[in-house]
Amino acid sequence: MSGILILEQSLNGLQFGLMLFLLAAGLTLVFGIMDMINLAHGSIYMIGAFLAATLVQATGSFTAGVLLAIPATALIGMLLEVSILRSLYTRDHLSQVLATFALILISNEVVRIIWGSDIALGTPQALSGPVELIPGLFYPSYRLLIIGVGLAVALLLYFIVAKTKVGMLVRAGASNREMATAMGVNIKLLFTLVFGFGAGLCAVAGAMLGPIFAVQVGMGDNILILAFVVIVIGGIGSIRGALIGSVLVGFVDTFGRAFMPHLLREFLPPQFASAIGPALASISIYVLMAAVLFWKPQGLFPARG
Amino acid sequence: MPRIATIVLLLAAAAFPLVMQSLEQAYYISFASRVMIYAMAATSLNLILGYGGMISFGHAAFVGAGTYTAGVMIVEGVPSALIGWPLAMLLSGVLALAIGAVSLRTRGVYFIMITLAFAQMIYYLTVSMKAYGGDEGLNLPGRSTLPFADMKDDTSFYYAVLLLLALSLLLLQRLVASRFGRVIEAIRENETRMEAIGFPTRRYKLACFVIAGAFGGLAGALLANHGNYINPSILHWTQSGNLMIMVILGGVGYRYGGLIGALILLGLEEFIANHKIAWIADAYPNYQQHSLLGVGIILLIIVLYAPQGIAGLFKRKGAGHG
Amino acid sequence: MADALLAVKGLLKQFGGLVATDNVSLNILRGEVHALIGPNGAGKTTLIAQLSGSLASDAGSLVFEDHDITALAQHERVRRGLARSYQITSIFKKFSVLDNIALAVQARSGSSMSFWRPLSAETALFGEARDIAARVGLAGREAAIAGNLAHGEQRQLEVGLALATRPKLLMLDEPMAGMGPEESARMMELIEKVREEVTVLLVEHDMDAVFRLADRISVLVNGRLIATGEPEAIRNNAEVKRAYLGDEVTTARAT
Repeated sequence: MSGILILEQSLNGLQFGLMLFLLAAGLTLVFGIMDMINLAHGSIYMIGAFLAATLVQATGSFTAGVLLAIPATALIGMLLEVSILRSLYTRDHLSQVLATFALILISNEVVRIIWGSDIALGTPQALSGPVELIPGLFYPSYRLLIIGVGLAVALLLYFIVAKTKVGMLVRAGASNREMATAMGVNIKLLFTLVFGFGAGLCAVAGAMLGPIFAVQVGMGDNILILAFVVIVIGGIGSIRGALIGSVLVGFVDTFGRAFMPHLLREFLPPQFASAIGPALASISIYVLMAAVLFWKPQGLFPARG
Repeated sequence: MPRIATIVLLLAAAAFPLVMQSLEQAYYISFASRVMIYAMAATSLNLILGYGGMISFGHAAFVGAGTYTAGVMIVEGVPSALIGWPLAMLLSGVLALAIGAVSLRTRGVYFIMITLAFAQMIYYLTVSMKAYGGDEGLNLPGRSTLPFADMKDDTSFYYAVLLLLALSLLLLQRLVASRFGRVIEAIRENETRMEAIGFPTRRYKLACFVIAGAFGGLAGALLANHGNYINPSILHWTQSGNLMIMVILGGVGYRYGGLIGALILLGLEEFIANHKIAWIADAYPNYQQHSLLGVGIILLIIVLYAPQGIAGLFKRKGAGHG
Repeated sequence: MADALLAVKGLLKQFGGLVATDNVSLNILRGEVHALIGPNGAGKTTLIAQLSGSLASDAGSLVFEDHDITALAQHERVRRGLARSYQITSIFKKFSVLDNIALAVQARSGSSMSFWRPLSAETALFGEARDIAARVGLAGREAAIAGNLAHGEQRQLEVGLALATRPKLLMLDEPMAGMGPEESARMMELIEKVREEVTVLLVEHDMDAVFRLADRISVLVNGRLIATGEPEAIRNNAEVKRAYLGDEVTTARAT
């Protein structure tokens, strides 16, 4: 196993992890602040990807398409929040699970009706080639863009939540809703905006990952689970936990898939290794999750007690 | 439900295949078997969800474990149902013990997500089992065998399923009325106080989880037999969602909630898929391919406006206390 | 001299920078009614939670009837005879009064890993629950749904639940919370009856009740035990008068 390979997989892990972070951040915010399980988060990610693909085709420009998809998806998210999700805040978790699961079914079919089962979203022309980072290591420039965007958003999020007035309001609304309302914070509007922001993040992730994974109906269902694993590991309500959890999951998943079969072949007879290798690789993040929970049932950085 | 009604229902169910055969609609015998199998699966979920108040989103894992156990036994040359089906229950129960032991250390939202994640883990494990079809699944060479009946015959299979469903519902009824059932419902009401009066609550929740898992496994074994086919998709988390839809449609915590829910959901899907309604088809020619849209909308409406489910519209929870 | 039923040594509990329980040591003697008083926020409920086992202490030990119970889970402590009632009513609102109490009786009479036999057949269990209901003054109300009871009746049920576990030490957390004078008087009578069979640790704000019922009083301020002793001694204790909002202590009527 060469150092180049390890480096390359590390970059892949980082890239995947950062995109997961975009989803996980929105999810954990909604959870931590509104105390709501939102299974439809993956559907918003899917809608963002489809909108981006359509807008890229319409404008002929990758950048324009992606940038326009963000507010469009945010708007859809906010409409959803105001119309349906808002009435779920006071309901029990089972109702939230079932209602948002219903939204998954509905959005999958609506997308299928409007767009069909899938839509093409290709890597932008300018970034279709590899870049030689260090002698011998060629890395797709598009993936570097993803890493860049991911880091930029992470920094932006940190800045907003930790340093701005809005961020403080958000944290205040999370810890004590009544107090925040008494101090004149329009909680309803705040929640809607937070939701819209989370939807925007989903759009970024969906658009950026679109060229790598396919843009198709149901693409949000499986990545949703990963996002849940991330926030369970990181701790519900914690952005920092979401970041660390995402990067951790990104690395473990990528490394697991890349190296587990090889690793097993070192120690086990080949037919064993090829039988259980892929299986272990795909469940590696769940084993990670179980391990974290055994030691810390509330995740690594629980924001709420 | 008064005893007379139960007996009438059983008699009607027993007569059903004969009626269908005389009407030359034998297809519905197989459909009814499928409804009953899902009724068993949904009822097993209702035990932990409705009575126990544990929102497990990973129940498909236990159903699927039963499916694969029964299927693998048939493929490996041990088709006897007397071995395969109890084994399916045992393995699903053991899986539930393992998953429950870790998951029940958590509460609320964490619990929901962990059960969801573990179920996905089992799904991926099954997909990677190339020997048994991988992600394409496997056609079974035949059904499980019983010494005194030919399971290949859809009517015989129907009666086997009917018998097992009736037994399961009877067992559930006794369970709910027993000491254990009272403890489980009380834990749902106020777990803290249950600890404070001396009950080791986690132990009871785990036992409930295992029992539900075992019956889910039985339903899974029957499912493998019904379609002569095993496929990882039965373990996907969206299948857990389907089971939950059935439970809420039929009535959470209501004794026959699983049965009613399975009947409504599967009946609805069957109806939409196979009976074209002319005036809808005129406006939306492809509407039959989008039945899930209808399911989603109905589910959303029920959750928002009728959370007690269909059964709740007509009566209070059957197992309530006076 | 009566022996210590519960010996608390050096109990410590911190939440971040806040010390909720500051090196608390005290002995609850067998047969006594021991009152625990202190201003709001002194940490009384936190202490009860640690004694009952629902909250783990950071340091210290608990010895109950000569057995070290520090590591025992709450339900195990209940089995040994250490029960509590709650300041904020914590009953089974959808169950009837009888079913509520029967649950507590069920907890200590045989295994509940019983899946087939109907619970309704256990006449002995419900008979005992009926007796306890009568003891706490809820005779005739057995069929009422707990959530529909008047506040005072709910507080009676609250005590009944703890009593039904046949405790040796009964910890009552503000049993008279939210009660008017008549209900309080009834609760006081109940405690006076109960104390004949059970040792009582009573957390209360109602100073009348405290001085009427208590054999000894401990005073908790900011997590620290500042005094333990007989009622008169406590009434005249300067530090108690200083730390506690003095009026209540000095103007309460003597026993």
